[in-house]
Amino acid sequence: MKDGSGEDQNVAPSVYSHVSRPGSHRYKNAKKGLPFNVMLVGESGLGRTTFLNTLCERMVVAKAEKTNTEQAHIAEPMQFKHHTVEMEEDGMKIILNIIDTPGFGDGIDNENCFMQIQEYLETQFDEVLAEENRIKRNTKFKDSRVHALVYFITPTGHSLREIDIEMMRRLGSRVNIIPVIGRSDSLTPRELVLFKQRIMNDIAQYEIPVFSFPNGEDEEDEETVEENAELRAMMPFAVVGCEEVVNEDGRPVRVRNYPWGMVQVDNDEHSDFDRLRYVLLNSHIGDLRDRTQNEIYELYRTEKLSGATASGAMDDMGGLQQAMPVA
Amino acid sequence: MSASPNDTQDYVGFDTITQQMERKFLKRGFNFNVILVGESGMGKSTLINSIFASHLIDTQGRRAAQEVIRKTTEISPVTQTLEENGVRVKLTIVDTPGYSDQCNNEGCWIPVIKYIKDQHAAYLERELKPLRDRVIVDTRIHACLYFLNPGSRGLRPLDVEVLKRLTEVTNVIPIIAKSDSMTIEERTAFKRRIKEELAFHRIVVFPYPSDEDTEEDRVLNASIRELIPFAVVGSEEVIEVNGKLVRGRRHGWGVINIFDETHSDFVHLRNFMLRTHLSDLVEVTAQRHYEQFRTSQLRQIKELRAQQAAAAATGGAPPMPSQAPPQAPMASGVMHQPMTQA
Repeated sequence: MKDGSGEDQNVAPSVYSHVSRPGSHRYKNAKKGLPFNVMLVGESGLGRTTFLNTLCERMVVAKAEKTNTEQAHIAEPMQFKHHTVEMEEDGMKIILNIIDTPGFGDGIDNENCFMQIQEYLETQFDEVLAEENRIKRNTKFKDSRVHALVYFITPTGHSLREIDIEMMRRLGSRVNIIPVIGRSDSLTPRELVLFKQRIMNDIAQYEIPVFSFPNGEDEEDEETVEENAELRAMMPFAVVGCEEVVNEDGRPVRVRNYPWGMVQVDNDEHSDFDRLRYVLLNSHIGDLRDRTQNEIYELYRTEKLSGATASGAMDDMGGLQQAMPVA
Repeated sequence: MSASPNDTQDYVGFDTITQQMERKFLKRGFNFNVILVGESGMGKSTLINSIFASHLIDTQGRRAAQEVIRKTTEISPVTQTLEENGVRVKLTIVDTPGYSDQCNNEGCWIPVIKYIKDQHAAYLERELKPLRDRVIVDTRIHACLYFLNPGSRGLRPLDVEVLKRLTEVTNVIPIIAKSDSMTIEERTAFKRRIKEELAFHRIVVFPYPSDEDTEEDRVLNASIRELIPFAVVGSEEVIEVNGKLVRGRRHGWGVINIFDETHSDFVHLRNFMLRTHLSDLVEVTAQRHYEQFRTSQLRQIKELRAQQAAAAATGGAPPMPSQAPPQAPMASGVMHQPMTQA
C-alpha cells in the first residue's frame, strides 16, 4: 500500500468548502481545538481502517499484514484502539479522537460485541456524570463521550443483516449512529440505489434509531433545512476508502485501480465519502456534539439518576429495562 | 460403424467402446448436484446462474423489510433438467439460506453437513436393497462451492471450522464471488494467504492428487490449484460493450465483462467445473467421500450385529447402538469389499 498521502498539498480540496454553516463553529477555545470523538464499527474487510486513514488524510494505521498464519483462525476478541489526530478544517482546529474496534463481528459468536460497545459508551457517560458531581472539578477534564458512531454495512445488495439491526437498535440511544455502506464499489449504481432504499425501509420497519440530520428546534435557515433533507436522502452513505494517491492533470486524487476502470474516492458520482467527511468534520460536527450532550447524555443521566437502568442491562429487544431502584 | 482407417485384418475394434458408452450415456443422462455454502449476499445464486447460463435459482436473500430474518440454516434444493447437444443433465442446486447470517453462528454448519451425509445414507440404502433399481438415483453432492468474504484478510474462524468439516464429506471448491471490489494486488495477496492458511490447517480442497494422474493431469491440476480460491464475478445481465453483447456489470467507472480473463476467473472456474473436471467431481464423490461414509456405516452395523450376537449368547438384552445405522435390510450376509481409495 503506498503511503505519502499524508502531505497536506497532496489532498484534493473538498468541493464543499464554500458551504459552511453559520454558527456551527461554537467552541470556547479556538487555539486548543475542538475535541471530536468518533467510533468506527464494522466487520473486518469493510474498509474501516482505510476509512480512518482516508478521513485523516494520513496513514494513521498501517494495514497490519497478519503475518501469523497460525493465528488467523483464532477469533480475536474485539478491542478498542484509540488514535488521535489534529486536523484543520476550514480554519477550525479539531482534535479528532478515533476509536477503532478491530475484532467486531469476526468471531463465530458475536453477541458479546454489542455489550462491550455499550459498556464503553456508558462508561464515558459515567465519567462525565461523576465529574459533574465533584465538589472540586477538574478544569482539564477530557470529555471522551463518543459523538458519532460510524457503522459499516456489508454491501450484500439485499437488506440489513441480523447483526446490523441488533447493533444499531441496541446502541442507537447511546450514540449518534451514522450507517455507511462499506466497499460500496462492489455495487453498480442501480444496485446501490435499491440497496439504500431497502436499508432505509428496514430502519423504518425495525424503528432503528440512527442519526437522521434533524433540524434544530428554531431552525429557520432554509438552506440548512434543505441541506438536511438532502443528506437524509443520501443515507446510508456509500463509501469507498483508499490510501493510494495518483496525479490526474496535476491534481492529486485518491483512486482504486481496477482492470476495467478507476474509482475516484473524491468523485461524488463514485462515492459519498467526501460528503460524509464534510458532515463529520465540518457541517454537522456541532450538531453531533450538541445532540450527544443535550439529548443522549441527558437521557442517560436521567435514567441513571432515577435508577431506571442497571448499568449495561438492555433486554434483547433493545429496549430499556425497568430495573430495581437505587437504594 | 463406418469403415475405420484401422480396418486391416488385425484390427479388432474394441476401441469403439467409447462410442458405445457415449450412446448409452446420451440415452441415460446424468445427475449433477451442487451445494452452495456462504453468507447471504455473497453472490451465490448469481454465480451459479451465470455458470450454467440459465436462471436456475432465485436469490434467497432478505429483500423486503417485512421478511423475517432466518434464525437457522435452511436447505433448499432446486432440480432442473438442462440439455446441451443431446446430453441431458439433471441438475440439483442446493442453496443454504440463513447460513452464517446470525449474530451467533455457532453450529450453523450442522444442517449443511447433515444434508450431505443424508444423501450418502440414502444412496447406501438404495444400494443395499435386495431388489435395487437398475440405475440408482444419485442425489449425493458432487461439488460444494464455498464462498469466501472478499476483503477479509484471510480465512475467518467460521471458515476454518466449516471447511474442515465440509472437506471430509464432499469436494470443496473455494470461491470469492463478488471479487469486483478487490484490486488485482488485493486478490493476489488474498489468494496467497488463503492457500497458506488452508495448508496450515490441512484443509484439502478439490482437485485431489491421484496415482492415476497422467503428466497432463498433473499440470492441469497444478494450474487449477494456483487459481484457488477462484476470484469470480457473476452476472445474469447482458450489456453492450464496444458494440458487443456480453454478460457483465456496468459500474460508473467501467464495465466488467465476466468472460474477460483479466477481469475475473469466471471462465477458468466454469471450464474447471464443467469442461475438464465434471466427471472427476462425480467419480471422486463416489470413490472417495461415499466410500468413506459407506465403510464407516457398514463397520458400525457389523459391530452392532456382533454385539447383539454376543448379548443373545449370554441371554442379556442387546446394547443400544451408539449411532443409528441406515435402515437398510441387510443383503444376505454378503459384504462387498470397499474399493481401494483414490
